[in-house]
Parts: sequence; C-alpha cells; structure tokens
Amino acid sequence: MPNPEDAPKKWELRLYVAGQTQKSVKAFSNLKKFCEEHLPGEYHIEVIDLLVQPQLADGDQIVAIPTLVRKLPEPIRKIIGDLSNTERVMVGLDLRPVAPKNVEDSSRAT
Amino acid sequence: MAAEPTLPKCPTGIKGLDEITGGGLPLGRPTLICGAAGCGKTLMAMEFIVRGATEFNEPGVFMSFEERPDELAQNVRSLGFDLDCLVEQKKLAMCYVRVERSEIEETGEYDLEGLFIRLNTAIDSVGAKRVALDTIESLFSGLGNDTILRAELRRLFQWLKTKGVTAVITGERGDSSLTRQGLEEYVSDCVILLDHRAKEQLSTRRLRIVKYRGSTHGTNEYPFLIDETGIDVLPITSMGLTHQVSSERVSMGVPDLDDMLGGGLYRGSSVLFSGTAGTGKTTVAATFLEAACRRGERSIYFSFEESQSQTIRNMRSVGLELQPAVNADLLRFHAMRPTQHGLEMHLATIFRLVRDFQPKFVVLDPVTGLLTGGNDGEVSSMLVRLLDYMKGTGITCLFTALNSGGNQIEQSDVGISSLIDTWLLMRDIELNGERNRGIYVLKSRGTAHSNQIREFLLTNEGIRLRPAYLGLNGVLTGSARLAQENRDTAEAAVRRQEIARRQRELEREQNLFEARLAALKSEFAAKVDEIQRGLGELQQSESTLEDNQRDMAESRKVAEADLPIQK
Repeated sequence: MPNPEDAPKKWELRLYVAGQTQKSVKAFSNLKKFCEEHLPGEYHIEVIDLLVQPQLADGDQIVAIPTLVRKLPEPIRKIIGDLSNTERVMVGLDLRPVAPKNVEDSSRAT
Repeated sequence: MAAEPTLPKCPTGIKGLDEITGGGLPLGRPTLICGAAGCGKTLMAMEFIVRGATEFNEPGVFMSFEERPDELAQNVRSLGFDLDCLVEQKKLAMCYVRVERSEIEETGEYDLEGLFIRLNTAIDSVGAKRVALDTIESLFSGLGNDTILRAELRRLFQWLKTKGVTAVITGERGDSSLTRQGLEEYVSDCVILLDHRAKEQLSTRRLRIVKYRGSTHGTNEYPFLIDETGIDVLPITSMGLTHQVSSERVSMGVPDLDDMLGGGLYRGSSVLFSGTAGTGKTTVAATFLEAACRRGERSIYFSFEESQSQTIRNMRSVGLELQPAVNADLLRFHAMRPTQHGLEMHLATIFRLVRDFQPKFVVLDPVTGLLTGGNDGEVSSMLVRLLDYMKGTGITCLFTALNSGGNQIEQSDVGISSLIDTWLLMRDIELNGERNRGIYVLKSRGTAHSNQIREFLLTNEGIRLRPAYLGLNGVLTGSARLAQENRDTAEAAVRRQEIARRQRELEREQNLFEARLAALKSEFAAKVDEIQRGLGELQQSESTLEDNQRDMAESRKVAEADLPIQK
C-alpha cells in the first residue's frame, strides 16, 4: 500500500476473503485498481482471511465471499463479488463519478 | 417401532414425532421443515436443537436468518427452554445471519464461503451434532443472484452431510411448491410439511411427512399442539381391528345395570349411553367413574357441557361424591366447549391427556356435543380413531349421546352405533301426565343381556333400577305403577285376611269337636260308674243273702247237698 499505515484515512475498507482463491485474488486486484483510480491517498485496505480468523465473520455479518466492507465513512456498506464492475463498485461505495477531490464532504448526501 | 438397520435415525425428542418417523430424523442428513407463516417451523427446529442438547447430550447450532438470538430466546422461554443457559454450558451455539439487501451491492462472482465458515466455526465451538437453519430462504431476498445461491445451497447441504450433522432446514411454503425457492429439490431425504388451517373459525395445526427416503413413516396428516411444553404431535390414525380383548368384566357402578348386562361391561369395551335431554346420562357416567375410582382405577371425564365444579355439585345431589377421587388424583376432569377447537384439536387434546394420565376409564359427555365442531362424517371418523385408540390401549370408554327426540331414537346422531359394543338406551315413557324413564339394553356384544325395559330412578342414594310393571296395558311406570302396586297390595291383604278367617273357623270347629268329645266321654264315664255301682250293690246283697242262708243252714244242720243254690 502506498500510504503509511498509521495515518487515519477517509476511506477505511475491509476485504474479506477465504484463502487465496481466484475470486479473492481478482477482487483484491480490482479493488486496488479502483482505489488508486478514484481515491488516491485516501484509502486503507485491510484484507481478512476467514480461513485464518473465522471468528471475525460474525462481526460484519459476512455471508458471501469475497465481501468488501466500507467501514468508513459511515454508514457501513457492503459489496459482494469480485468487484469486476467498476460502476457497481462506485454505487456500492456511494461514490459519485466525479473528480475524487469533491467526494470528501458529500459522502452520505445521496 | 421397526428397527432400521440401514438408516440410522436421530431422535428429535419431540413428543409423537419420533413415533411417526419410526425413530427420528435421518441421522447425519438434512431434513426440510416447510409450511406457511406461523405454523411452527421455527419452534420445531428449535425444539429439535434444544431437546438434542438437553435430552440426548448432542450439542446443536441454531443459525437464524430472521430473528435475533435474544428475540428467539425470549420467544421460547415460555416453553421452558432456557437458551442462554444452554449457550453458557456450551451445548448450544446461536448464530445470527443478517443479510440486508439495502446495504449490499453485488458485482461479479461470489460464493457463500463466509456462511460456511461461520457455520463451521459455530459447529466446532460446541462440537455440534445438530444444526438448524431458520429460514435459509431469507438469503434469496437478501442476495440477488439466484443461480449462485442455488448452487451454493446445494453445496451447503452436501457439506452438512459430510460434516455428519443432522440438520433441520426450515422453508416458507410457496404457491405451487413446498417451499418458495424449491428447497425440497436439494433436501431430498426427509420433508416434513406443517400446516395451520382454520375452518369455521376453528384452527388446527397439522403435520405430514411428505417424504422420508429409505424409511417407512406414517403418511397421514397428524394434528399437533403447541403448548407450554413444546410441540406435541399426536400419532392418531385408525389402528385397525387387531387389538386384543379382555374377558374381564367391570362394574358400571349400578348393580342392577350390571345384572342387565349379564355381569357388567367387558374391560376395554365401549359403551354408548343415549337418551333425550334430562334422562340422567351424566349421572350414569359419573356413577361409572366413581365406581372405577373406588376400585382405585384412574379415569378422565371429558365434559363438553358442564364445568368440573358444576358436575361435582350436581352429582352430590344424587349422593355421588366425586371430590375425593379428584383430590386423590384418580379422577380428572377436562371441561371444554366443543367450539373451543376444531375436531382434530379435540381429538388431539383427548389423546394427550389420555396418554399422559394413563386412565383405565374415559367418559365423553356428551359426544354429540362435538357435532357443533364438525359435520357428521368428520365426527364419526374422529370417533373411529378415538375408539380404535381406546381399544388398542384397553381403556373402557363411555360416550353419552343426546338424542334430539322424536322417533329416531335408535338412530344415533353421529352414526357410531356400529362402532360401539354396548348400547344402553334411555327412553322417556310418557303416560298419565307423567314423564318417566325406562332404560334398556339395545345391544351388547358378547353378553347375555336382559331384554327388559326397567324403570330408571334417580334417588338420593344414586341410581336405582326397578323392573317395570308389566300389566295388561303394557309397561306401567311411575305413579301408574305405584297405583297398580297398591291395588295389588290391597288385594293381597284381602286374600290374606280371608285365609286367616278360614283358619280360625277350622280351629273353632276343632275346638267344638274336642269339647263335645270330652263331654261324651265324661257322660259315658258317669254311666259306667252308675251301672257298676248298681251292680256292686246287687252283688253285695246277693252275697249277704247267701251268708244268711249259710248261717241258717249251719244253724239247722242241713246236709251239704241240701244246701240251696251255690253261687
């Protein structure tokens, strides 16, 4: 990840996977690509492998794999699937398809 | 039940269900419970898990897709299930899965591995042998991709099998299929259908095993109850005519009645006691039970008209004290209005009480009251099952039937006459401005019963039967009989007096004769005496004369030969 770990980011994203499956790998690369494109320097991705930490699945009500959870900004939103459809990811993250700088204070207006 | 060596079963612990399924659900396989909303799916799944944890020492996982664990715990607490306690003891794991469509966006391929992992974690955390998924179909409303879901569900059920847990999956009933999403296609080992029907404002819960692969099972619809102890399925179907019979006779509590039946009822037989209103049916029923309780045998009184206290009070007026038997828990009352439940529910309630209390005698008073809860056909089919069950368990039962009067007395309203063994009929005899009761045995299988109509009396000391007066004008009852009896008594008195008079006359004659005889005898004796006395005097004078002559001869020295006549 390009940013230092300790700095609080505007976008706190969590990706749940179960092992290094094809779908998981694809989802991670799609996500990273998306974030670099739309939220450069504003995001932090945490990948949780449920095979390693299965008890974490309950907290975020994970059913499907892979699931991307937007922890911040609130409210929590989830996107399931391999994140291959960029438009759907934007809807899911409640991102407007405008210049990334303007997103900052309009996150929940819609 | 028959042993199934090929298919091991997992007992549910739900009353009655194990009997119907021949031992329980298929062990290590998923079972589908489906039905419309509010028919008890969740409860059945929950009871399966809880009973497993408490009675069979098999921990379980309850995965809920609809209700939160605290709501569930609250809901089933009224049934005596303490989920929190079981969770604490590591016998139960509650797992709540919430899928909110509004906060989920789908892009591309995914699978339900997360669900698998959570279920797996829960199973491993308590070492679960049983799993309930309630209602997994909720996933279809939360997630959009049916194709993926179906594939994943199929995988889930397969995975559950390999995991070796006995699973119960609930599903909402669909329009044309058993479940909305056709879950029955995936869960093909055992499908149980629950139903909650209301007919004429009366509701009945029913259960049917639609399929059970590799096992025989009851195929009928069985009514079930949800009460304070959980689900209670009642395996009631016609048991056929294979029951064993007893030749032991039991008293009906009225010796005269026993005489009429040739010595009492056969144990395990069924008696119908019919009559018009106010003929004493309830009294006969109560006497019957009271006699049973005095022998120390248990009985249940199902009343469809009177409450317990009313029956006890009324029976006291004929000298029948039921309260001690109730106190000693030999007699139980169950009073309910026929309109309280549907017929099936009544039957179910009766069964449950009979099964729990194990009585030897049962009374249904009056069985015709049930007619308000259903039509003739239903009532008689219910009674067939009831009778079969009673006979199968050797319970002697007495039904009372209220006849509507008129000429069709011998036609019982519910058409059960062919089912019952002994039929006592109470008949009104209206004569001379009175209404009296005559009782007779219309039929009694296997007994040499009386053909007499007897008069039925309710006295302060209970029931008395009197032989009806058979006069020239037919049967006389009531005051007519009393009058006739009085006339008879008077005539008899006259006859007795005449006899006495004649006897006295005879005695007098005898005495007269004796007296005359005595008089004659004394007269005779007097005469004899007189004659003898005369004779004596004559002889005396004769001998005196002789003496004188001898003296004279001696004095004259006359030769012996010359003496006058010797005596």
